[in-house]
Amino acid sequence: MSDAHAPRPFSEPSPLVRWLAAMLVVTYAIVSLLPLAWIGATAFKSQSDAIAYPPKVFFTPTLEGFVDLFTVQTHQPHDFITKLSPPSTWYEKLARDRDMVIAGPSRVIERFLNSLIIGFGSTILATLLGTLTAYAFSRFKVPLADDLMFFILSTRMMPPIAVAVPIYMMYRYLGLYDTRIGMILLYTAVNVSLAVWLLKGFIDEIPREYEEAALIDGYTRLQAFRKVVLPQAVTGIAATAIFCLIFSWNEYAFDLLLSNAQAQTMPPFIPFIIGEGGQDWPAVAAGTTLFLVPIVIFTIALRKHLLRGITFGAVRK
Amino acid sequence: MSGAENTRALADPTPDQAVPHRARRFATLSDRAIAWLFIAPTMFLLLAINIFPLVWAIRLSFTGFMANLPNPARFVGIDNYVDILTDEDIWQHFQVTAHFVFWTIALQVLIGFGLALLINQKFRGHSFWTTLILLPMMLSPAVVGNFWTLLFQPQIGPFNYFIGFFAGLAPSSFTMIGSVDLAPWTIVIVNTWMWTPYVMLICLAGLRSIPEYIYEAAEVDRASAWRQFWTITLPMVLPFLMLAVLFQAIQSFEMFDMVNLLTSGGPGSTTELVSITLKRAAFEKWQTGYASALAVILFVTIFGAANIYVKVLNKVKQQ
Repeated sequence: MSDAHAPRPFSEPSPLVRWLAAMLVVTYAIVSLLPLAWIGATAFKSQSDAIAYPPKVFFTPTLEGFVDLFTVQTHQPHDFITKLSPPSTWYEKLARDRDMVIAGPSRVIERFLNSLIIGFGSTILATLLGTLTAYAFSRFKVPLADDLMFFILSTRMMPPIAVAVPIYMMYRYLGLYDTRIGMILLYTAVNVSLAVWLLKGFIDEIPREYEEAALIDGYTRLQAFRKVVLPQAVTGIAATAIFCLIFSWNEYAFDLLLSNAQAQTMPPFIPFIIGEGGQDWPAVAAGTTLFLVPIVIFTIALRKHLLRGITFGAVRK
Repeated sequence: MSGAENTRALADPTPDQAVPHRARRFATLSDRAIAWLFIAPTMFLLLAINIFPLVWAIRLSFTGFMANLPNPARFVGIDNYVDILTDEDIWQHFQVTAHFVFWTIALQVLIGFGLALLINQKFRGHSFWTTLILLPMMLSPAVVGNFWTLLFQPQIGPFNYFIGFFAGLAPSSFTMIGSVDLAPWTIVIVNTWMWTPYVMLICLAGLRSIPEYIYEAAEVDRASAWRQFWTITLPMVLPFLMLAVLFQAIQSFEMFDMVNLLTSGGPGSTTELVSITLKRAAFEKWQTGYASALAVILFVTIFGAANIYVKVLNKVKQQ
């Protein structure tokens, strides 16, 4: 708002206050990141280290968790293992050391692909629809514009669980249940409200004069939109797209209820990575780590736009 | 706006002018046509995937339909609503939800606002640490919630050791998820851990929106730091804080993912939020009609409360 022309700060906090504030903030940051650090560490633990009593902070790192994540293994008697021809790969060796034989790849790759396809598919669609709609609301006199914008926002307020029942029935009827295209459409519908609100804010900030000049130069409305507005809105569109992608990537409830063997994404899959005799925590942690890393990178890339994204563009600075 | 009118006049096709060739077909589109063409697909999608299911849910809520049976929907009037509103268990689930929403928001506001005040002291490296603090809220509540079950394990999980170390308790002397008394707090802790950064970020925006000259004037008037906080900082951050509370209240009222994986409502039904009850009714007991009625009640509650809240928020903003 008015911080654009703030003069030199009037009441600088004293060095002691600053130092104290820094200490408290750093302490909070470190404590709040401990759970994430624990996930990352568990990914590199052996099964026994992961569930050691008391919990182990120092351990010998191993890739067992990742091998478990990507393969299906069967337990075999030790005699049987020793009779087999020697393992040809490092991951086979890792499994054999624990009397396991790799039977084949696990389903995690399919799930990861589903997450990617559904995530990117819905992001592209939602951003495309959102850009067009936001432009129309930003530049044209649309009757009942405020009501329509509010309607778009209110669709986001619906509890996913509440609409899941009829969507489930509708999808069953239309053959969209447990299909990637069904999930893409659903996530697009959820994301488009965010996309419209964010992009309207971004497009509102582009001065109209540029387009008006282009129109005078003989551009049509659509040409002006494509050649003048879109290039100016590119940062906003990218930020919006990343927000949509993060939502689709993280979504759990709809995918849990509306998909099964075909269209399942990572979030409903990860908790059910079961090893011999219970949850295989290193494998779960390995899957979780691989799943979270892209989001961490995106969050850092997005940090300037985060505020806007999480408030539907209501708070901008 | 007159700007739109002007540009519309300019954009009107005049065939004699040198309109670039490829665009000729579209050049005949009026601004109004473009506006509707750009808005219609979004509206269609929202109507098909949001509004239509909602209307259908309302219709189903007056039937005894069960989605796993081929029987046609039988009209039962308001029976489902009567059943729900007179069911003591449902009220208990609403109480569990209220406990969760209240405490998680109270903690988020306290810690989040506190952190924002601290970060606003602009010590060296504050933006780096701010970004780190923001990480938990961007992650998948389901995937992270699932992992917290390991962290909360009484003997093999680090949480009890961490708390035990600072509180002087034996780490295996208490269980978080398994205990009737502590389980409701586990979901509060994880949700607060996740969403405090959200409140913090919005409060920080509020703090940064306060113009420096107001503090300068207060300083000239020799107002104490304490007084400045109560008369300047707090009132000016309040609209931002209220906005954060609105978003978080809706979100935690609808909370499903994290709780479903962390406690799935247990032990007993001590952490059974309404959304968990709804999922069970709809997808485990297949009481579609009943679940639809509960969904409608949930939706009306959220929408009604949000509307009232926004009115209050607008009043605060005007002051």
